[in-house]
Amino acid sequence: MNMMTKTNDLVLLQKVSAFLWAEADLLDAKDYDAWLALWLTEGFYTLPIGEGDDFDNQLNLCHDNDRMRRDRIQRFQQGFSISSAPPARTVRTVSRFVIESVEGDTVTVSSAEHVIEDKFGRQRVWAANMKHTLVASGDGFKIRTKVVRLLNSDGMLNSFSYLF
Amino acid sequence: MLHAYEKFSDLDALYSPDAKVATSMYENADLFNEEMERIFKRTWVWVAHDSELADKGSFKLSNVGLEPVIVVRDRKGDVNVLVNRCRHRAATVCEVKKGKTSSFQCPYHGWGYGLDGSLRGLPYPEQYGEDFDKGAHGLKKLRTESYNGMIFATFNDEVEPLVDFLGPEVRRYIDLFMKQGGGFPVKVLGEHQFTVPMNWKVQLENTTDAYHFPVVHKSFMQSLDGDAEEAFKFLDTGKGYVEDLGNGHSVMVMIPERIDLDENLDDPVEERFLPLVQELREEGYPEDQVKKIVRAVGGAGFNLNLFPNVSFSLAFFRVLTPINVERTDIRHIALGMDGGPAAANRMRMRLHEHFQGPMGFGSPDDAEVWERVQRGTKGGEDLPILVNRGLIDEHPGALGPRGHISAETGMRAAYKMWKRMMSL
Ligand code: FES
Ligand SMILES: [Fe+2]
Repeated sequence: MNMMTKTNDLVLLQKVSAFLWAEADLLDAKDYDAWLALWLTEGFYTLPIGEGDDFDNQLNLCHDNDRMRRDRIQRFQQGFSISSAPPARTVRTVSRFVIESVEGDTVTVSSAEHVIEDKFGRQRVWAANMKHTLVASGDGFKIRTKVVRLLNSDGMLNSFSYLF
Repeated sequence: MLHAYEKFSDLDALYSPDAKVATSMYENADLFNEEMERIFKRTWVWVAHDSELADKGSFKLSNVGLEPVIVVRDRKGDVNVLVNRCRHRAATVCEVKKGKTSSFQCPYHGWGYGLDGSLRGLPYPEQYGEDFDKGAHGLKKLRTESYNGMIFATFNDEVEPLVDFLGPEVRRYIDLFMKQGGGFPVKVLGEHQFTVPMNWKVQLENTTDAYHFPVVHKSFMQSLDGDAEEAFKFLDTGKGYVEDLGNGHSVMVMIPERIDLDENLDDPVEERFLPLVQELREEGYPEDQVKKIVRAVGGAGFNLNLFPNVSFSLAFFRVLTPINVERTDIRHIALGMDGGPAAANRMRMRLHEHFQGPMGFGSPDDAEVWERVQRGTKGGEDLPILVNRGLIDEHPGALGPRGHISAETGMRAAYKMWKRMMSL
Protein backbone atom coordinates (compact mmCIF):
# COMPACT_ATOMS: atom_id res chain seq x y z
CA MET A 1 0.00 0.00 0.00
CA ASN A 2 1.52 3.32 -0.99
CA MET A 3 1.40 6.52 0.96
CA MET A 4 -1.29 8.00 -1.26
CA THR A 5 -3.89 5.22 -0.71
CA LYS A 6 -3.16 5.32 3.02
CA THR A 7 -4.05 8.99 3.02
CA ASN A 8 -7.19 8.26 1.00
CA ASP A 9 -8.16 5.53 3.49
CA LEU A 10 -7.81 7.94 6.38
CA VAL A 11 -9.83 10.60 4.61
CA LEU A 12 -12.61 8.06 3.94
CA LEU A 13 -12.52 6.84 7.54
CA GLN A 14 -12.81 10.42 8.72
CA LYS A 15 -15.73 11.14 6.39
CA VAL A 16 -17.54 7.98 7.44
CA SER A 17 -16.94 8.64 11.15
CA ALA A 18 -18.21 12.20 10.82
CA PHE A 19 -21.36 10.88 9.12
CA LEU A 20 -22.07 8.24 11.79
CA TRP A 21 -21.38 10.70 14.59
CA ALA A 22 -23.80 13.15 13.03
CA GLU A 23 -26.39 10.35 12.74
CA ALA A 24 -25.87 9.44 16.42
CA ASP A 25 -26.35 13.09 17.34
CA LEU A 26 -29.66 13.24 15.46
CA LEU A 27 -30.90 10.09 17.21
CA ASP A 28 -30.02 11.37 20.70
CA ALA A 29 -31.66 14.70 19.84
CA LYS A 30 -34.67 12.75 18.43
CA ASP A 31 -34.46 14.89 15.32
CA TYR A 32 -36.21 12.15 13.39
CA ASP A 33 -37.19 14.09 10.30
CA ALA A 34 -33.54 14.86 9.68
CA TRP A 35 -32.73 11.20 10.35
CA LEU A 36 -35.31 10.00 7.79
CA ALA A 37 -33.69 12.28 5.23
CA LEU A 38 -30.43 10.35 5.59
CA TRP A 39 -32.00 7.26 4.00
CA LEU A 40 -32.30 5.91 0.49
CA THR A 41 -35.93 4.94 -0.12
CA GLU A 42 -35.05 1.30 -0.82
CA GLY A 43 -33.09 1.02 2.42
CA PHE A 44 -33.75 -1.28 5.39
CA TYR A 45 -33.24 -0.51 9.09
CA THR A 46 -32.91 -3.83 10.91
CA LEU A 47 -32.43 -5.03 14.49
CA PRO A 48 -32.02 -8.79 14.11
CA ILE A 49 -32.43 -11.39 16.84
CA GLY A 50 -29.38 -13.63 17.22
CA GLU A 51 -26.80 -14.24 14.52
CA GLY A 52 -28.87 -14.91 11.41
CA ASP A 53 -28.70 -12.57 8.42
CA ASP A 54 -31.62 -13.67 6.22
CA PHE A 55 -33.62 -10.78 7.62
CA ASP A 56 -36.63 -11.18 5.29
CA ASN A 57 -37.13 -14.78 6.37
CA GLN A 58 -36.45 -14.53 10.09
CA LEU A 59 -38.10 -12.83 13.04
CA ASN A 60 -36.31 -9.60 13.92
CA LEU A 61 -36.89 -6.93 16.54
CA CYS A 62 -37.57 -4.66 13.59
CA HIS A 63 -36.99 -4.82 9.85
CA ASP A 64 -38.18 -1.51 8.51
CA ASN A 65 -38.60 -0.48 4.91
CA ASP A 66 -39.32 3.13 4.04
CA ARG A 67 -43.01 2.90 4.98
CA MET A 68 -42.32 1.28 8.37
CA ARG A 69 -39.58 3.81 9.17
CA ARG A 70 -41.96 6.67 8.49
CA ASP A 71 -44.81 5.03 10.45
CA ARG A 72 -42.41 4.41 13.35
CA ILE A 73 -41.33 8.04 13.41
CA GLN A 74 -44.91 9.22 13.15
CA ARG A 75 -45.78 7.04 16.14
CA PHE A 76 -42.97 8.67 18.11
CA GLN A 77 -44.00 12.17 17.08
CA GLN A 78 -47.80 12.17 17.29
CA GLY A 79 -47.99 11.91 21.06
CA PHE A 80 -50.51 9.04 21.26
CA SER A 81 -47.97 6.40 22.20
CA ILE A 82 -47.69 6.50 25.98
CA SER A 83 -44.23 4.89 25.93
CA SER A 84 -42.88 7.67 23.75
CA ALA A 85 -44.69 10.57 25.41
CA PRO A 86 -42.27 11.24 26.88
CA PRO A 87 -39.67 8.76 25.63
CA ALA A 88 -36.57 7.72 27.54
CA ARG A 89 -33.72 10.17 27.04
CA THR A 90 -30.54 8.72 25.59
CA VAL A 91 -26.83 9.44 25.38
CA ARG A 92 -24.88 7.31 22.96
CA THR A 93 -21.34 6.81 21.80
CA VAL A 94 -20.43 5.35 18.42
CA SER A 95 -16.86 4.25 17.82
CA ARG A 96 -14.51 1.41 16.74
CA PHE A 97 -15.14 2.18 13.06
CA VAL A 98 -13.83 -0.39 10.60
CA ILE A 99 -14.24 0.12 6.88
CA GLU A 100 -15.08 -3.36 5.66
CA SER A 101 -15.33 -2.74 1.94
CA VAL A 102 -15.43 -0.03 -0.69
CA GLU A 103 -17.10 -0.84 -3.98
CA GLY A 104 -17.71 1.98 -6.41
CA ASP A 105 -19.66 4.57 -4.45
CA THR A 106 -20.69 2.13 -1.70
CA VAL A 107 -18.93 1.82 1.65
CA THR A 108 -19.63 -0.85 4.27
CA VAL A 109 -18.59 0.18 7.76
CA SER A 110 -18.93 -1.63 11.08
CA SER A 111 -18.89 0.12 14.43
CA ALA A 112 -19.70 -0.24 18.12
CA GLU A 113 -22.59 1.60 19.78
CA HIS A 114 -23.25 2.14 23.48
CA VAL A 115 -26.57 3.67 24.49
CA ILE A 116 -27.53 4.74 27.98
CA GLU A 117 -31.25 5.46 28.47
CA ASP A 118 -32.90 7.28 31.33
CA LYS A 119 -36.55 7.10 32.30
CA PHE A 120 -38.50 6.88 35.56
CA GLY A 121 -35.27 7.71 37.42
CA ARG A 122 -33.50 4.55 36.26
CA GLN A 123 -30.81 4.07 33.69
CA ARG A 124 -30.24 1.13 31.39
CA VAL A 125 -27.21 0.35 29.26
CA TRP A 126 -27.27 -1.22 25.80
CA ALA A 127 -24.35 -2.30 23.62
CA ALA A 128 -24.53 -3.19 19.96
CA ASN A 129 -22.48 -4.01 16.91
CA MET A 130 -23.60 -1.94 13.95
CA LYS A 131 -23.08 -2.27 10.25
CA HIS A 132 -23.98 0.49 7.80
CA THR A 133 -23.96 0.34 4.03
CA LEU A 134 -23.49 3.91 2.86
CA VAL A 135 -23.74 5.28 -0.64
CA ALA A 136 -21.81 8.42 -1.59
CA SER A 137 -24.15 11.34 -2.18
CA GLY A 138 -23.04 14.92 -2.73
CA ASP A 139 -20.59 15.79 0.02
CA GLY A 140 -21.67 12.98 2.29
CA PHE A 141 -23.61 9.71 2.22
CA LYS A 142 -27.06 8.15 2.21
CA ILE A 143 -27.87 5.02 4.21
CA ARG A 144 -28.83 1.93 2.22
CA THR A 145 -28.84 -0.55 5.10
CA LYS A 146 -28.27 -0.28 8.82
CA VAL A 147 -28.08 -3.42 10.94
CA VAL A 148 -27.87 -3.05 14.71
CA ARG A 149 -27.10 -6.25 16.62
CA LEU A 150 -27.76 -5.80 20.31
CA LEU A 151 -25.34 -7.86 22.38
CA ASN A 152 -28.32 -9.59 24.06
CA SER A 153 -30.73 -9.48 21.13
CA ASP A 154 -31.90 -13.02 21.88
CA GLY A 155 -32.19 -12.43 25.63
CA MET A 156 -34.64 -10.60 27.86
CA LEU A 157 -34.86 -7.00 26.69
CA ASN A 158 -36.99 -4.02 27.67
CA SER A 159 -39.19 -1.98 25.44
CA PHE A 160 -37.56 0.81 23.46
CA SER A 161 -39.00 4.25 22.88
CA TYR A 162 -36.09 5.42 20.75
CA LEU A 163 -33.87 4.19 17.93
CA PHE A 164 -30.44 2.59 17.98
CA MET B 1 -46.10 -23.51 55.12
CA LEU B 2 -48.59 -23.48 57.95
CA HIS B 3 -47.39 -20.10 59.09
CA ALA B 4 -47.77 -18.61 55.61
CA TYR B 5 -51.19 -20.16 55.25
CA GLU B 6 -52.39 -18.37 58.35
CA LYS B 7 -51.00 -15.10 57.10
CA PHE B 8 -53.16 -15.13 53.96
CA SER B 9 -56.17 -16.97 55.29
CA ASP B 10 -58.43 -13.98 54.67
CA LEU B 11 -58.58 -14.44 50.92
CA ASP B 12 -61.79 -12.40 50.65
CA ALA B 13 -59.79 -9.37 51.76
CA LEU B 14 -57.38 -9.98 48.84
CA TYR B 15 -60.02 -10.64 46.20
CA SER B 16 -63.48 -9.65 47.37
CA PRO B 17 -66.77 -11.29 46.31
CA ASP B 18 -67.70 -8.03 44.54
CA ALA B 19 -64.56 -8.22 42.35
CA LYS B 20 -62.11 -5.87 44.04
CA VAL B 21 -58.43 -6.70 44.27
CA ALA B 22 -56.31 -5.56 47.22
CA THR B 23 -53.21 -3.48 46.45
CA SER B 24 -51.02 -5.99 48.29
CA MET B 25 -51.86 -8.54 45.57
CA TYR B 26 -49.32 -6.75 43.36
CA GLU B 27 -46.65 -5.94 45.90
CA ASN B 28 -46.50 -8.31 48.86
CA ALA B 29 -43.37 -10.47 48.55
CA ASP B 30 -44.61 -13.11 51.03
CA LEU B 31 -47.82 -13.47 49.07
CA PHE B 32 -45.77 -13.88 45.89
CA ASN B 33 -43.78 -16.74 47.46
CA GLU B 34 -47.03 -18.32 48.56
CA GLU B 35 -48.39 -18.07 44.98
CA MET B 36 -45.29 -19.77 43.62
CA GLU B 37 -45.89 -22.71 45.99
CA ARG B 38 -49.65 -22.97 45.82
CA ILE B 39 -50.20 -22.13 42.16
CA PHE B 40 -47.06 -22.59 40.05
CA LYS B 41 -45.92 -25.71 41.93
CA ARG B 42 -49.34 -27.30 41.82
CA THR B 43 -50.96 -26.74 38.47
CA TRP B 44 -50.18 -27.26 34.79
CA VAL B 45 -47.67 -24.72 33.49
CA TRP B 46 -46.99 -24.30 29.77
CA VAL B 47 -43.35 -25.00 28.84
CA ALA B 48 -43.05 -25.44 25.06
CA HIS B 49 -44.70 -26.00 21.70
CA ASP B 50 -44.15 -29.29 19.89
CA SER B 51 -42.49 -27.59 16.92
CA GLU B 52 -39.70 -26.28 19.16
CA LEU B 53 -38.61 -29.89 19.72
CA ALA B 54 -38.60 -31.14 16.15
CA ASP B 55 -36.19 -34.08 16.49
CA LYS B 56 -34.96 -36.62 18.97
CA GLY B 57 -32.46 -34.79 21.18
CA SER B 58 -34.01 -31.34 20.51
CA PHE B 59 -34.25 -29.30 23.70
CA LYS B 60 -35.03 -25.83 25.00
CA LEU B 61 -34.71 -24.14 28.38
CA SER B 62 -37.93 -23.04 30.03
CA ASN B 63 -39.41 -22.35 33.47
CA VAL B 64 -42.08 -23.76 35.72
CA GLY B 65 -42.73 -20.89 38.07
CA LEU B 66 -39.37 -19.92 39.51
CA GLU B 67 -37.73 -23.23 38.62
CA PRO B 68 -35.50 -23.50 35.54
CA VAL B 69 -36.26 -26.60 33.49
CA ILE B 70 -35.02 -28.33 30.35
CA VAL B 71 -37.68 -29.52 27.90
CA VAL B 72 -36.24 -32.29 25.75
CA ARG B 73 -37.40 -34.93 23.28
CA ASP B 74 -35.81 -38.30 24.03
CA ARG B 75 -34.88 -41.20 21.75
CA LYS B 76 -38.36 -42.69 22.00
CA GLY B 77 -39.87 -39.38 20.89
CA ASP B 78 -41.31 -38.59 24.34
CA VAL B 79 -40.97 -35.11 25.77
CA ASN B 80 -39.36 -34.85 29.22
CA VAL B 81 -39.32 -31.80 31.47
CA LEU B 82 -36.32 -31.92 33.82
CA VAL B 83 -35.23 -29.53 36.56
CA ASN B 84 -31.96 -27.95 35.39
CA ARG B 85 -29.97 -28.90 38.47
CA CYS B 86 -27.30 -31.54 38.89
CA ARG B 87 -28.10 -34.12 41.54
CA HIS B 88 -24.53 -33.97 42.87
CA ARG B 89 -24.06 -30.40 44.03
CA ALA B 90 -26.70 -28.44 42.14
CA ALA B 91 -24.85 -26.93 39.14
CA THR B 92 -27.04 -26.31 36.11
CA VAL B 93 -26.39 -29.04 33.54
CA CYS B 94 -27.38 -26.91 30.53
CA GLU B 95 -26.94 -23.20 29.75
CA VAL B 96 -27.67 -23.35 26.02
CA LYS B 97 -31.11 -21.84 25.31
CA LYS B 98 -32.01 -24.37 22.65
CA GLY B 99 -30.34 -26.94 20.47
CA LYS B 100 -29.80 -30.63 19.98
CA THR B 101 -27.82 -33.04 22.13
CA SER B 102 -27.43 -36.70 22.99
CA SER B 103 -26.98 -36.16 26.75
CA PHE B 104 -26.49 -33.55 29.47
CA GLN B 105 -23.09 -33.48 31.12
CA CYS B 106 -22.60 -31.53 34.35
CA PRO B 107 -19.59 -29.21 33.93
CA TYR B 108 -18.54 -29.40 37.59
CA HIS B 109 -17.62 -33.05 38.32
CA GLY B 110 -18.86 -34.67 35.15
CA TRP B 111 -22.03 -36.51 36.09
CA GLY B 112 -23.76 -37.45 32.83
CA TYR B 113 -27.53 -37.66 32.28
CA GLY B 114 -29.61 -39.17 29.48
CA LEU B 115 -32.35 -37.35 27.56
CA ASP B 116 -34.89 -38.87 29.95
CA GLY B 117 -32.98 -37.43 32.91
CA SER B 118 -31.54 -40.75 34.11
CA LEU B 119 -28.05 -40.68 35.60
CA ARG B 120 -25.95 -42.55 33.07
CA GLY B 121 -22.49 -42.29 34.56
CA LEU B 122 -20.18 -40.45 36.92
CA PRO B 123 -16.40 -40.28 37.26
CA TYR B 124 -14.83 -42.53 39.95
CA PRO B 125 -18.10 -43.92 41.35
CA GLU B 126 -16.28 -46.27 43.79
CA GLN B 127 -16.19 -43.63 46.54
CA TYR B 128 -19.97 -43.79 46.85
CA GLY B 129 -19.78 -47.46 47.82
CA GLU B 130 -21.28 -50.59 46.33
CA ASP B 131 -24.91 -49.79 46.96
CA PHE B 132 -25.02 -46.32 45.34
CA ASP B 133 -28.36 -46.23 43.51
CA LYS B 134 -27.98 -44.48 40.15
CA GLY B 135 -31.71 -44.91 39.60
CA ALA B 136 -32.42 -42.58 42.51
CA HIS B 137 -30.11 -39.84 41.24
CA GLY B 138 -31.61 -38.82 37.93
CA LEU B 139 -32.54 -35.22 37.15
CA LYS B 140 -35.82 -34.32 38.84
CA LYS B 141 -38.55 -35.04 36.31
CA LEU B 142 -41.92 -33.32 36.08
CA ARG B 143 -45.19 -34.83 35.00
CA THR B 144 -45.64 -33.80 31.35
CA GLU B 145 -48.71 -33.86 29.12
CA SER B 146 -49.66 -32.08 25.94
CA TYR B 147 -52.71 -31.03 23.99
CA ASN B 148 -52.69 -30.15 20.27
CA GLY B 149 -48.96 -29.33 20.33
CA MET B 150 -49.05 -27.36 23.60
CA ILE B 151 -46.74 -28.98 26.16
CA PHE B 152 -47.43 -28.46 29.87
CA ALA B 153 -45.62 -29.74 32.96
CA THR B 154 -46.38 -29.88 36.65
CA PHE B 155 -44.64 -30.71 39.92
CA ASN B 156 -47.96 -32.07 41.19
CA ASP B 157 -48.50 -35.79 40.64
CA GLU B 158 -52.00 -35.51 42.10
CA VAL B 159 -53.33 -32.86 39.73
CA GLU B 160 -56.09 -33.80 37.25
CA PRO B 161 -55.07 -34.80 33.71
CA LEU B 162 -54.22 -31.82 31.46
CA VAL B 163 -57.28 -32.34 29.24
CA ASP B 164 -59.55 -32.03 32.27
CA PHE B 165 -57.71 -28.96 33.56
CA LEU B 166 -58.23 -27.31 30.17
CA GLY B 167 -61.83 -28.45 29.89
CA PRO B 168 -63.98 -28.85 26.78
CA GLU B 169 -64.34 -25.15 25.88
CA VAL B 170 -60.61 -24.36 26.11
CA ARG B 171 -59.83 -27.44 24.03
CA ARG B 172 -62.35 -26.33 21.43
CA TYR B 173 -60.77 -22.88 21.23
CA ILE B 174 -57.24 -24.33 21.06
CA ASP B 175 -58.32 -26.48 18.11
CA LEU B 176 -59.83 -23.43 16.42
CA PHE B 177 -56.70 -21.38 17.11
CA MET B 178 -54.50 -23.98 15.44
CA LYS B 179 -56.47 -23.59 12.20
CA GLN B 180 -54.21 -20.63 11.53
CA GLY B 181 -51.78 -23.18 10.09
CA GLY B 182 -53.91 -22.67 6.97
CA GLY B 183 -53.72 -26.40 6.23
CA PHE B 184 -50.15 -26.75 7.51
CA PRO B 185 -48.96 -27.62 11.02
CA VAL B 186 -48.40 -24.60 13.28
CA LYS B 187 -44.74 -23.85 13.83
CA VAL B 188 -42.82 -21.48 16.12
CA LEU B 189 -40.93 -18.93 13.98
CA GLY B 190 -39.14 -17.05 16.76
CA GLU B 191 -39.85 -14.98 19.83
CA HIS B 192 -39.65 -11.50 21.29
CA GLN B 193 -38.67 -11.26 24.94
CA PHE B 194 -38.88 -8.40 27.38
CA THR B 195 -39.01 -8.01 31.12
CA VAL B 196 -41.42 -5.60 32.82
CA PRO B 197 -41.31 -4.26 36.39
CA MET B 198 -44.78 -5.52 37.27
CA ASN B 199 -46.47 -8.29 39.19
CA TRP B 200 -47.34 -11.32 37.04
CA LYS B 201 -51.08 -10.86 37.59
CA VAL B 202 -50.99 -7.47 35.86
CA GLN B 203 -50.11 -9.38 32.68
CA LEU B 204 -52.54 -12.20 33.46
CA GLU B 205 -55.34 -9.59 33.47
CA ASN B 206 -54.34 -8.02 30.18
CA THR B 207 -54.91 -10.69 27.52
CA THR B 208 -58.70 -10.51 27.77
CA ASP B 209 -58.82 -6.75 28.44
CA ALA B 210 -60.41 -5.19 25.37
CA TYR B 211 -61.11 -1.99 27.31
CA HIS B 212 -57.46 -0.83 27.08
CA PHE B 213 -57.05 -1.47 23.37
CA PRO B 214 -58.31 1.77 21.76
CA VAL B 215 -56.51 3.85 24.41
CA VAL B 216 -53.13 2.15 24.75
CA HIS B 217 -52.93 1.05 21.12
CA LYS B 218 -54.15 4.21 19.44
CA SER B 219 -50.77 4.79 17.83
CA PHE B 220 -50.77 1.22 16.46
CA MET B 221 -54.27 1.70 15.04
CA GLN B 222 -53.15 4.89 13.35
CA SER B 223 -50.43 3.02 11.49
CA LEU B 224 -52.99 0.69 9.86
CA ASP B 225 -54.78 1.07 6.55
CA GLY B 226 -58.54 1.60 6.50
CA ASP B 227 -59.95 -1.92 6.63
CA ALA B 228 -57.25 -3.28 8.94
CA GLU B 229 -58.06 -0.44 11.32
CA GLU B 230 -61.74 -1.45 11.05
CA ALA B 231 -60.85 -5.00 12.10
CA PHE B 232 -59.28 -3.72 15.30
CA LYS B 233 -62.25 -1.51 16.17
CA PHE B 234 -63.92 -4.41 17.97
CA LEU B 235 -64.91 -2.24 20.90
CA ASP B 236 -67.05 -0.02 18.69
CA THR B 237 -68.77 -2.76 16.73
CA GLY B 238 -69.77 -4.41 20.02
CA LYS B 239 -70.16 -7.83 18.37
CA GLY B 240 -67.57 -9.56 20.52
CA TYR B 241 -67.70 -10.85 24.07
CA VAL B 242 -65.60 -12.20 26.93
CA GLU B 243 -66.36 -15.56 28.51
CA ASP B 244 -65.21 -17.42 31.61
CA LEU B 245 -64.22 -20.92 30.41
CA GLY B 246 -63.67 -22.46 33.85
CA ASN B 247 -60.51 -23.20 35.89
CA GLY B 248 -59.30 -19.61 35.53
CA HIS B 249 -59.30 -19.69 31.72
CA SER B 250 -61.16 -17.19 29.56
CA VAL B 251 -61.67 -16.12 25.98
CA MET B 252 -62.10 -12.67 24.48
CA VAL B 253 -63.75 -12.82 21.07
CA MET B 254 -62.88 -9.68 19.13
CA ILE B 255 -64.02 -10.69 15.65
CA PRO B 256 -66.75 -13.38 15.73
CA GLU B 257 -66.42 -13.99 11.95
CA ARG B 258 -62.82 -15.06 12.58
CA ILE B 259 -63.43 -17.61 15.34
CA ASP B 260 -63.34 -20.37 12.75
CA LEU B 261 -60.82 -19.53 10.04
CA ASP B 262 -62.38 -22.08 7.68
CA GLU B 263 -65.62 -20.13 7.57
CA ASN B 264 -66.55 -16.95 5.69
CA LEU B 265 -63.73 -17.62 3.22
CA ASP B 266 -65.49 -15.55 0.58
CA ASP B 267 -65.38 -12.33 2.63
CA PRO B 268 -63.39 -9.61 0.85
CA VAL B 269 -59.64 -9.72 1.51
CA GLU B 270 -58.19 -6.88 3.59
CA GLU B 271 -56.11 -4.47 1.57
CA ARG B 272 -52.89 -5.28 3.45
CA PHE B 273 -53.11 -8.93 2.33
CA LEU B 274 -53.56 -8.21 -1.40
CA PRO B 275 -49.83 -8.36 -2.26
CA LEU B 276 -49.69 -11.77 -0.56
CA VAL B 277 -52.66 -12.99 -2.63
CA GLN B 278 -50.78 -11.93 -5.73
CA GLU B 279 -47.56 -13.64 -4.64
CA LEU B 280 -49.30 -16.93 -3.84
CA ARG B 281 -51.16 -16.92 -7.15
CA GLU B 282 -47.89 -16.35 -8.98
CA GLU B 283 -46.36 -19.28 -7.10
CA GLY B 284 -49.15 -21.43 -8.52
CA TYR B 285 -51.26 -22.10 -5.42
CA PRO B 286 -54.84 -23.00 -6.38
CA GLU B 287 -57.42 -20.30 -5.66
CA ASP B 288 -59.16 -22.04 -2.73
CA GLN B 289 -55.81 -22.67 -1.02
CA VAL B 290 -54.81 -19.03 -1.55
CA LYS B 291 -58.01 -17.95 0.22
CA LYS B 292 -57.41 -20.32 3.10
CA ILE B 293 -53.76 -19.33 3.58
CA VAL B 294 -54.42 -15.60 3.31
CA ARG B 295 -57.27 -15.84 5.81
CA ALA B 296 -55.06 -17.84 8.19
CA VAL B 297 -52.21 -15.31 8.00
CA GLY B 298 -54.28 -12.71 9.87
CA GLY B 299 -54.61 -15.15 12.79
CA ALA B 300 -57.51 -15.99 15.03
CA GLY B 301 -60.25 -13.50 15.90
CA PHE B 302 -60.02 -14.22 19.62
CA ASN B 303 -57.62 -14.19 22.56
CA LEU B 304 -57.59 -17.27 24.77
CA ASN B 305 -56.07 -16.79 28.20
CA LEU B 306 -55.01 -19.85 30.19
CA PHE B 307 -54.37 -19.77 33.89
CA PRO B 308 -51.64 -19.24 34.99
CA ASN B 309 -49.00 -18.56 32.32
CA VAL B 310 -49.89 -18.84 28.63
CA SER B 311 -52.27 -17.24 26.19
CA PHE B 312 -53.11 -17.45 22.51
CA SER B 313 -53.64 -14.28 20.54
CA LEU B 314 -53.97 -13.50 16.81
CA ALA B 315 -50.93 -15.44 15.56
CA PHE B 316 -48.73 -15.77 18.63
CA PHE B 317 -48.44 -17.25 22.11
CA ARG B 318 -47.86 -14.95 25.06
CA VAL B 319 -45.98 -16.61 27.90
CA LEU B 320 -45.37 -15.02 31.29
CA THR B 321 -42.70 -16.04 33.78
CA PRO B 322 -42.87 -14.55 37.27
CA ILE B 323 -39.39 -13.47 38.43
CA ASN B 324 -40.22 -11.72 41.69
CA VAL B 325 -43.19 -9.85 43.14
CA GLU B 326 -42.43 -6.80 41.00
CA ARG B 327 -40.89 -8.35 37.90
CA THR B 328 -42.28 -10.54 35.14
CA ASP B 329 -40.67 -11.80 31.94
CA ILE B 330 -42.82 -11.84 28.81
CA ARG B 331 -42.33 -13.87 25.65
CA HIS B 332 -44.27 -13.27 22.45
CA ILE B 333 -43.80 -16.40 20.36
CA ALA B 334 -44.48 -15.87 16.65
CA LEU B 335 -46.28 -18.65 14.78
CA GLY B 336 -46.07 -19.70 11.15
CA MET B 337 -47.00 -22.48 8.77
CA ASP B 338 -44.67 -25.48 8.82
CA GLY B 339 -43.96 -26.25 5.18
CA GLY B 340 -46.27 -23.43 4.10
CA PRO B 341 -45.39 -20.72 1.58
CA ALA B 342 -42.37 -18.61 2.61
CA ALA B 343 -44.29 -15.50 1.58
CA ALA B 344 -47.02 -16.26 4.13
CA ASN B 345 -44.49 -16.81 6.91
CA ARG B 346 -42.67 -13.59 5.94
CA MET B 347 -45.94 -11.71 6.23
CA ARG B 348 -46.56 -13.30 9.65
CA MET B 349 -43.15 -12.18 10.88
CA ARG B 350 -43.60 -8.62 9.60
CA LEU B 351 -47.03 -8.46 11.30
CA HIS B 352 -45.48 -9.77 14.52
CA GLU B 353 -42.66 -7.20 14.39
CA HIS B 354 -45.26 -4.49 13.71
CA PHE B 355 -47.09 -4.96 17.02
CA GLN B 356 -45.06 -7.20 19.33
CA GLY B 357 -41.82 -7.06 21.20
CA PRO B 358 -39.38 -4.40 22.37
CA MET B 359 -39.55 -2.42 19.09
CA GLY B 360 -43.21 -3.11 18.24
CA PHE B 361 -45.89 -0.46 17.81
CA GLY B 362 -47.98 -2.14 20.54
CA SER B 363 -45.97 -3.96 23.21
CA PRO B 364 -43.91 -0.97 24.41
CA ASP B 365 -47.13 0.89 25.20
CA ASP B 366 -48.49 -2.15 27.05
CA ALA B 367 -45.23 -2.41 29.01
CA GLU B 368 -45.44 1.27 29.91
CA VAL B 369 -48.96 1.07 31.34
CA TRP B 370 -48.20 -2.16 33.23
CA GLU B 371 -45.22 -0.48 34.84
CA ARG B 372 -47.46 2.48 35.63
CA VAL B 373 -49.83 0.11 37.46
CA GLN B 374 -46.95 -1.19 39.56
CA ARG B 375 -45.75 2.36 40.27
CA GLY B 376 -49.27 3.50 41.08
CA THR B 377 -49.74 0.86 43.76
CA LYS B 378 -47.09 2.65 45.85
CA GLY B 379 -49.83 5.10 46.76
CA GLY B 380 -53.20 4.52 48.39
CA GLU B 381 -52.56 1.08 49.88
CA ASP B 382 -56.18 1.02 51.11
CA LEU B 383 -57.73 1.67 47.67
CA PRO B 384 -59.10 -1.35 45.81
CA ILE B 385 -58.23 -2.30 42.21
CA LEU B 386 -61.49 -2.69 40.32
CA VAL B 387 -62.17 -5.68 38.10
CA ASN B 388 -65.96 -5.37 38.37
CA ARG B 389 -66.56 -3.82 34.94
CA GLY B 390 -69.43 -5.44 33.04
CA LEU B 391 -70.85 -7.35 36.00
CA ILE B 392 -74.16 -5.61 35.31
CA ASP B 393 -75.05 -7.51 32.15
CA GLU B 394 -73.26 -10.83 32.36
CA HIS B 395 -75.27 -13.84 31.32
CA PRO B 396 -74.49 -17.57 31.38
CA GLY B 397 -72.15 -18.93 28.71
CA ALA B 398 -71.23 -22.59 28.10
CA LEU B 399 -69.31 -23.06 31.36
CA GLY B 400 -69.21 -19.67 33.04
CA PRO B 401 -70.47 -16.12 32.70
CA ARG B 402 -70.23 -14.29 29.38
CA GLY B 403 -69.99 -10.51 29.34
CA HIS B 404 -69.62 -7.46 27.10
CA ILE B 405 -66.46 -7.35 24.96
CA SER B 406 -65.01 -4.76 27.37
CA ALA B 407 -66.12 -6.58 30.54
CA GLU B 408 -63.55 -7.73 33.07
CA THR B 409 -65.07 -11.22 33.05
CA GLY B 410 -61.76 -12.86 32.11
CA MET B 411 -59.96 -11.24 35.04
CA ARG B 412 -62.67 -12.40 37.38
CA ALA B 413 -62.28 -15.94 36.01
CA ALA B 414 -58.54 -15.79 36.75
CA TYR B 415 -58.99 -14.36 40.25
CA LYS B 416 -61.65 -16.95 41.09
CA MET B 417 -59.17 -19.69 40.21
CA TRP B 418 -56.42 -17.82 42.07
CA LYS B 419 -58.57 -17.85 45.17
CA ARG B 420 -59.45 -21.51 44.79
CA MET B 421 -55.80 -22.53 44.47
CA MET B 422 -54.64 -20.27 47.29
CA SER B 423 -57.23 -21.75 49.65
CA LEU B 424 -56.21 -25.38 49.11
S1 FES C 1 -22.28 -30.54 40.71
FE1 FES C 1 -22.69 -31.72 38.98
S2 FES C 1 -21.15 -33.23 39.01
FE2 FES C 1 -20.78 -32.12 40.81
FE1 LIG D 1 -52.27 -4.30 24.87
